[in-house]
Amino acid sequence: MSGLIIDNISMRFDLANGKAVQALQNVSLDLKQGELLAVLGPSGCGKTTLLNILAGFLAPTEGQVRLGGKRVTGPGPERGMVFQQGALFEWMNVRHNIDFGPRMKGMARAERDRITDHLLETVGLHDFGEKAVYELSGGMQQRVALARCLANDPDVILMDEPLGALDALTREKMQGLVLKLWKETAKTVVLITHSVEEALLLGERLVVMAPRPGRIFREYRLPFAERGVNMDLRAVKRSEGFAQTREEILEMIWGMEEEIMGKRESA
Amino acid sequence: MVVLLVYAAIFVVSMLVWGRIKRHRDRHDFTSLKTVTFGDESAIIPDRVASVISVVSVFLIWGAFTGSRIVPLHVPGPFIGEAGFSYTARDASGAEAQAPVRILVHAIGAKPAPPVVPEGTGFAKGDAAIVAAWRSVLIRPADNDGPGAQIVAIDGKPIAVDQKIAVSGGAVTLTAKGSLNFQAARGMQMEPIWLPSPEAVVARLIEIANNGFQNTSLWGHLGASLARVLAGFVLGSAVGIPLGYAMGLSGWFRGWFDPIVEFMRPVPPLALIPLVIIWFGIWETGKVVLLFLAALWIMVIAARSGVSGVKLSKIHAAYSLGASRAQIMRHVIIPNSLPDLFTGARVAMGVCWGTVVAAELVAAQKGAGMMIIAASKFQLTDIVVMGIILIGIIGYGIDIAMRMAERRLVPWKGRG
Ligand SMILES: Nc1ncnc2c1ncn2[C@@H]1O[C@H](COP(=O)(O)OP(=O)(O)O)[C@@H](O)[C@H]1O
Ligand SMILES: [Mg+2]
Repeated sequence: MSGLIIDNISMRFDLANGKAVQALQNVSLDLKQGELLAVLGPSGCGKTTLLNILAGFLAPTEGQVRLGGKRVTGPGPERGMVFQQGALFEWMNVRHNIDFGPRMKGMARAERDRITDHLLETVGLHDFGEKAVYELSGGMQQRVALARCLANDPDVILMDEPLGALDALTREKMQGLVLKLWKETAKTVVLITHSVEEALLLGERLVVMAPRPGRIFREYRLPFAERGVNMDLRAVKRSEGFAQTREEILEMIWGMEEEIMGKRESA
Repeated sequence: MVVLLVYAAIFVVSMLVWGRIKRHRDRHDFTSLKTVTFGDESAIIPDRVASVISVVSVFLIWGAFTGSRIVPLHVPGPFIGEAGFSYTARDASGAEAQAPVRILVHAIGAKPAPPVVPEGTGFAKGDAAIVAAWRSVLIRPADNDGPGAQIVAIDGKPIAVDQKIAVSGGAVTLTAKGSLNFQAARGMQMEPIWLPSPEAVVARLIEIANNGFQNTSLWGHLGASLARVLAGFVLGSAVGIPLGYAMGLSGWFRGWFDPIVEFMRPVPPLALIPLVIIWFGIWETGKVVLLFLAALWIMVIAARSGVSGVKLSKIHAAYSLGASRAQIMRHVIIPNSLPDLFTGARVAMGVCWGTVVAAELVAAQKGAGMMIIAASKFQLTDIVVMGIILIGIIGYGIDIAMRMAERRLVPWKGRG
């Protein structure tokens, strides 16, 4: 069992014009194995930057990230990624997208096929293995992306607005799928979103970030994800405390937006 | 000029007629139900009827203006038959006399006997001449009319030096030396030496396909050109693609080669011919080097943009799935660049084909370009036209083949 520890990281981008952007400042988080963390915040508050640091694509200017006691220094198969869109390999069919990770590891064909067949079933695409990915709808493509990530059996799944480009109905179905997969696989998940509702539905833990400098503004522990595992998501939205928490967070984010606008006007 | 007007007339008339016909046919597909098609690019589907009429009318006009047998309608042809006029001569004493001139205008290539010399009146003696259609002939009718005789009128109309008078079957001009230049009436058709008729071109094609041209078969000529294109293209790709990849993947490579590539890219390959000839000679090596250079920059740029066009999220995804650099190269970067490579290859093949023909015009023993330039030296216009048509068809064929290969090999193009 391995936890994901974000130890006081800061990230500063030095711009070409001599200025610097403090994208993250003193961000610390401690995630236990199997926790689902949703990260919410207005655009430009450093969510993507944080995820890229967790994935190992960026090295923070200060602090470090540790997974299972080992410091993260680059990308690795123990941290799987699901992107918003367009990260599938369209020159491979669905099956080969999903078994990409195992294939690169040199896993035997039979074993790979067993994993892939199982995953196709899990994400509800069991007749689509030989289809070209560009023939699938946006929602189906994201199912493939989830399956591809799971095929590699990572410890942590990092998702950057994975459902952001989907229509409302598909999105709701996919939220249910994410919850189901999280519960079944017991993986640690970090999910970035700019939808308050999605953050509430999926985040067992939720951090709200504020911009300039990007930092953690509030942290929550929420009951809704646990409810969503056994309950219809629409019922969860009607359940006790949901609407109230949503209003509270919306208020908070509106406050941040107004502050940004104010700063811009005075600048 | 007339040709353009006729072509425009066919365009407009067939458009109106076909538009009328189409309106009477009820179609209820999606496009036909659109009310806004002006400016909606997707609603503009090439009208195949227009394509057919377009091609057919090119051949009809070609036939009509060259007196082709396969076309029923012709514009007036050149005058053929017996032309003639009478002239009035005045001798040193001031006396005038008249005599006729007979001119036989014959089809090009025919060798008829000259017409009988007609009688004259007084001291003027009749004259006879023979000339091929479209051509002119210099006649000296006064030479046999005694000393000092000068022409003063044609068909009773007074004539001065450099003046032109229309006569039956043509026109005559009086030259400064006192002779007459007879120009047979040209009509509106083209002389075969300017533009041969379609059947003459086809006949030439069959003849050359059977007997070859200048010791090489037709397939030998076309094959030689194609082989050069392929050699240049393959060499250019073999160097250009790895170089383009390197430029897409390494800042040092990009910095090093960017100035060279950007400098060479706008230089048309034809401008390199003189230098290539000086360095590599006019024969095969020179041509292949030229085509290599033509393909090289195109393929470098295609490969470079293929690599830099890869979405970062794909690379990130591959790294997060545990792929090594070599695996990312093989399974992500290379396949991702294939659509760009195909686009580049299509452009490169087109440019190479054009360049090889031009290079063969300069010097070659075989090849499509050599065929037309050698034929033009002997004014064998039918071979020139045949060559141009074959060059066009092959270039078009290459492009179609490349597009078909593209559709089969990179079906995901543009759908990422
Ligand atoms: N590569 C970069 N260079 C410079 N500034 C960057 C870079 N990446 C992100 N930033 C800046 O860091 C801040 C946070 O960006 P990001 O993490 O993308 O925010 P979010 O994902 O929350 O919208 C923004 O102000 C952005 O302009
Ligand atoms: Mg972002």
